[in-house]
Amino acid sequence: MLYLVRLKSYLAYPLINFYTYMKRRNFIKKAALGSLATLIGTDIVFGATMPQGYTPLALGDPDPFKLFGLDNEMVVLNDKPWNIEAKAHLLDDAITPNKFMFIRNNGIIPENIDVNNWTLTIDGESVKEQKTYTLAELKSKFRQHTYQLTLECGGNGRSEFNPPAKGNQWTIGAVSCAQWTGIRLRDVLEDAGIKSDAIYTGYHAADIHLSRDLKKEPISRGAPMAKSLQDETLLAFQMNGEDIPISHGYPLRLVAGGWPASVSGKWITGISIRNKIHDGTKMGGKAYRVPCKSVAPGTKVKDEDMCIIESMPVKSLITYPKTGAIIEKGQKLHIRGHAWAGELEVAKLEYSIDFGATWQECPVKQPVNRLAWQHFNASIDFTESGYYEVWARATDTNGISQPMLLPGWNPKGYLNNACHRIAIKVK
Amino acid sequence: MESQKKFKEKVKNIYTIITAMSTIIGLGIAVCVMVLLNPTLFTSVDSTINYVVVVEEDEDKIENGIHVRTGFVEDVGLMETVNNCTNCHSSKLVIQNRMSKERWLATIKWMQETQNLWDLGGTEAIIVNYLANNYAPEKKGRRENLSDIEWYELNN
Repeated sequence: MLYLVRLKSYLAYPLINFYTYMKRRNFIKKAALGSLATLIGTDIVFGATMPQGYTPLALGDPDPFKLFGLDNEMVVLNDKPWNIEAKAHLLDDAITPNKFMFIRNNGIIPENIDVNNWTLTIDGESVKEQKTYTLAELKSKFRQHTYQLTLECGGNGRSEFNPPAKGNQWTIGAVSCAQWTGIRLRDVLEDAGIKSDAIYTGYHAADIHLSRDLKKEPISRGAPMAKSLQDETLLAFQMNGEDIPISHGYPLRLVAGGWPASVSGKWITGISIRNKIHDGTKMGGKAYRVPCKSVAPGTKVKDEDMCIIESMPVKSLITYPKTGAIIEKGQKLHIRGHAWAGELEVAKLEYSIDFGATWQECPVKQPVNRLAWQHFNASIDFTESGYYEVWARATDTNGISQPMLLPGWNPKGYLNNACHRIAIKVK
Repeated sequence: MESQKKFKEKVKNIYTIITAMSTIIGLGIAVCVMVLLNPTLFTSVDSTINYVVVVEEDEDKIENGIHVRTGFVEDVGLMETVNNCTNCHSSKLVIQNRMSKERWLATIKWMQETQNLWDLGGTEAIIVNYLANNYAPEKKGRRENLSDIEWYELNN
């Protein structure tokens, strides 16, 4: 009997992925209360013989903080798939370290990554010659570049929309600005050859659909040729001078700063040069799209009336002090933070301590390179005691500012760039 | 007479065989049932392999009106929701959302069309009611007050 059970479990190993299996087991155990039949010949029998200490996948580890090396103040919005965000005060560093970087996954992180056999294939209707490169080839054949690039989830700020929008309820922490090292996507695409009818690129990656249907891609987005060919659009190997952490796309990811971070695909295995707008998963329908023409809150919008988000809007964060500071009357309040503006630069940063009635301008530094966030700081005097909010408002080089209230409502709750606010009490 | 005796003996033999076989089959069934009820029954302790200790605690424990394992609110339709909505994605994805009945239903349809969610049959209405009753939109205007502020003394 023992052998039979063992044999069965061995036979089942390749068939049932263990991670799913462990999850399923819980489900089945419960279902079994009602139906004994569910038990017969299925997973639960194997449970008894599963070796302890055999972690089928490192990613089955329930502690994302240890697993991904995150600070314990990071906020887990979702654990299947992993979606984790920062808080404003955690983003105080000029260059975001891994421990404070938001994680946005659409599927399951790839399992058993073999860097020695990892390849990148350039294909599509508009490639001159389909080509496959090994990681080593990519690293040796093309010149490497390092840029600090702002990545913000298209849905950052979604939690504030009314009526609420479906999806992970990001507050303000789905933004980061790390230093990325890699090769230009342009160099690889040009090496394979771009036909004159090329208009878009679409990426393919090694992550796994939540349903574990191998025919489905969890996400396969892309960018118009102009964005794909920018100097700063990288196929990156390194983040902040080290191998990219697995949660951020090890061993190869796209980084297209200033655009919804979903354009910056992780665990990249292929790029298709398309002669039409890429039609991969989450390119169509309402995903990463907003109404082409603004709509009243709650309006039902047809798919054909939704347009793809390109550059992210101007935005800023007060990263110091942490909201909730109590100061003495007469004590100066030093504030600092970052501002960014998608494809553009931030031209002006203002703050208000009277709920937007008056605004004071404060200096904002130049970015270290295009598409990196910019830093601001100010010292504020409060003449009266009481409850205050410090609001920050950035303006981009086109003269467009952040709204004080929520920007235009959209069905999926993207692009909330309303002013960031922190609460202050003066004694 | 002789043939009658032989016949009787044969019948006796057959009877014995049938009894023996029935006993064996019966025992077999009993063992199978026991194994089904307790899969670890014949798994002897093996010194070379450590086995998982299956902690037998109530996986559907409810504390303060919350289903502990998933965080779902206790209400009619809880288990249907747990059993159908936490296989592919986390319960956290459900709990952080607020939708009307119509939109919860539309979300289920979307998952069926694109995400391999199965046909929920009669449980669909139960699940949709559970979600719409417990995870309904709240009116929050164009911008909410700052909330959950942890006040602290800031010294320069």
